[in-house]
Amino acid sequence: MENQDHFPDKFTEKSASVKHFFYMLISYLRNLISNPMRSGLAYFVVGLIAALLVGWVLFPMALYSRNHQPVDFSHAIHTDPDIIDGIEGDTEAERCSYCHTFRDDGSFTGIPNLSKCMECHDDPESPLGETAEERDFLEEYVANLKEVPWYRYYEQPDCVYFSHIPHVKNGEIDCSACHGGHGSTDSLPVYEKNRISGYSINIWGKNISGRKTNTWDRMKMDDCAGCHTINSHEENNGCFVCHK
Amino acid sequence: MKETEVKKHRYGMVIDLDKCTGCGTCMVACASENNVTVRADESDKQRSIAWIQLYKINNGEKFPKTQTCFFPRPCMHCEEDGNGGHHPPCVSVCPATATTLDENTGIVSQIYTRCIGCRYCQAACPYHARYFNWWDGYSYFKPFPDGMERSLSPDVSPRMRGVVEKCTFCHHRLMRAKEIAHAQGRTEIEEGEYIPACAEACPAQAITFGDLNNPKHKVSELIKSPNAFRLLERLNTKPKVYYLSSKEWVRRLADNYLPGEPVRGIND
Ligand code: HEC
Ligand code: HEC
Ligand code: HEC
Ligand code: HEC
Ligand code: HEC
Repeated sequence: MENQDHFPDKFTEKSASVKHFFYMLISYLRNLISNPMRSGLAYFVVGLIAALLVGWVLFPMALYSRNHQPVDFSHAIHTDPDIIDGIEGDTEAERCSYCHTFRDDGSFTGIPNLSKCMECHDDPESPLGETAEERDFLEEYVANLKEVPWYRYYEQPDCVYFSHIPHVKNGEIDCSACHGGHGSTDSLPVYEKNRISGYSINIWGKNISGRKTNTWDRMKMDDCAGCHTINSHEENNGCFVCHK
Repeated sequence: MKETEVKKHRYGMVIDLDKCTGCGTCMVACASENNVTVRADESDKQRSIAWIQLYKINNGEKFPKTQTCFFPRPCMHCEEDGNGGHHPPCVSVCPATATTLDENTGIVSQIYTRCIGCRYCQAACPYHARYFNWWDGYSYFKPFPDGMERSLSPDVSPRMRGVVEKCTFCHHRLMRAKEIAHAQGRTEIEEGEYIPACAEACPAQAITFGDLNNPKHKVSELIKSPNAFRLLERLNTKPKVYYLSSKEWVRRLADNYLPGEPVRGIND
């Protein structure tokens, strides 16, 4: 009996203090909102928005340097068998292999060099199309036999070992799984490089919150390892498999 | 053996000390293959980096009984003890997981970008196989003239100041051999397609390299020899580098035997 008397007593005491706390809080908030200038709420909100803008918009913009590729190469034109003779094949990878192919030792040729372009653009005097872009390319590079200094969107850090042949030939993975629509673009995107790390934005991804909706949105360590795990190739998740 | 079922490859090396002439070609080949740095003044050998170090040992006797032997020492690529515990000494102490024992190859990796430079592994390694970069080598802030980086191997990333490095059994050569195998439509590489630079360069052919798990490989045959031994065998680090020597004093020096204690080979 004693206990029962005692218990409600303590309970009311406690609920009274909780009530008191909420009363204080509500009146404080009411004060804040009713006179935002004097309470300082307005300054806080303005400051918060400014800080978020700096953090989410200005800093990412300042973090990446932006460069245009030396030549606005069109993959759409060069992989279309209707426009270009010589580039053929039913699958995407077959058409790409005109320029991006494997050597006999399994290494990937990467971006083709000028001699590949000159199989068709052999005469700087007679362009194949009518565009100014092609004329510039012929005058600047083909006439001088100068290699085009392409920026490499997908270049991984120096410590990473990546090889195309296990993925493309053994794994039968489409180029687009890792490179998205790059193989069908008409105009090259701006090359953005992280000023601190020196890595291309394609590694970290363009979404600053780090969200990923497509497999090719970014290519960080977890993205490589994630695909290996999904495809039951966990044996390729040892550090030295991807690092050198 | 349970180990062979789970673990696919166990790459290992057998060094025949009777054949070694101490010429140092392995050291040179290794350094140029793996972009090992040199300093402007290399006279202070205490701070030099050598993934494979050549030691000269002698039997401590006076002339005319003196005998010497050259002793090349790469990373031993120690093994687990098979009971799930006891990793290679360097791996179990690394606080950053920068060094691991690869399950599929048995090679002890070293990820330079992950290394925090605490040098705990260096202290733990009983073989002095690990080296610390006191200066920037060929990395980004290089103290070298422009153009020097053109002589580097693109297959091995250069190290920066403040990280530990060591022999990797030329792991990039394994990846290159795999690439060739992929191009030819094979899934496994053959014996001899993957050998480290030191083994390839050795003019005396003292170094044999192969898969210890594959009984057909020459290394599996060689380690059955009564002359085979490993360095500091009784530490139970299970090195994958074996030595051959017909001289008992050499085998005796390879571990801390008490005076008069009989030398035991690995096959005894
Ligand atoms: C006529 C030759 C040619 C063909 C055919 C071709 N490419 Fe390219 N590719 C290039 C050139 C030149 C570049 C460098 C410019 C650039 O970044 O787009 C390049 C760059 C790329 C890159 C970016 C690499 C990087 O790191 O910057 C990807 C991805 C790519 N190609 C994919 C493809 C795919 C997929 C196909 C087939 C659908 C294809 N390419 C067909 C010439 C070609
Ligand atoms: C198989 C033949 C062939 C190869 C190889 C080839 N091109 Fe072309 N290229 C063409 C043809 C044909 C056109 C004209 C298309 C048109 O405008 O009708 C063209 C057009 C162009 C244009 C202008 C297109 C535009 O965007 O307006 C550029 C720039 C160009 N090529 C650059 C290159 C470069 C760089 C390479 C080397 C990587 C290369 N081409 C390799 C056939 C080729
Ligand atoms: C598993 C993912 C993946 C697939 C599939 C893939 N790539 Fe790549 N690609 C990469 C990565 C990662 C790099 C960066 C490699 C590096 O920097 O070492 C790259 C780089 C490239 C480059 C630039 C290479 C250089 O040396 O400049 C080209 C061109 C390219 N890929 C084309 C292709 C084409 C064409 C295909 C389809 C046949 C393809 N890729 C399939 C991931 C992939
Ligand atoms: C879209 C899925 C996918 C992505 C993304 C991917 N991989 Fe792979 N990778 C695979 C598959 C599948 C294999 C196994 C291929 C085989 O041997 O059959 C593999 C195998 C490998 C191998 C083993 C090569 C060999 O010779 O055995 C390496 C190394 C590798 N990947 C590195 C990378 C790196 C580095 C990245 C990130 C830049 C990456 N991978 C991204 C699917 C992927
Ligand atoms: C499946 C391939 C893969 C595996 C396995 C892998 N990595 Fe990576 N790692 C990458 C790629 C790709 C990058 C570069 C992109 C990035 O920074 O995420 C990277 C970057 C790193 C970096 C940052 C380097 C820099 O310069 O930014 C460190 C450190 C690292 N890895 C350590 C490790 C360690 C330690 C392990 C083993 C536990 C490991 N990695 C296993 C693919 C891999």
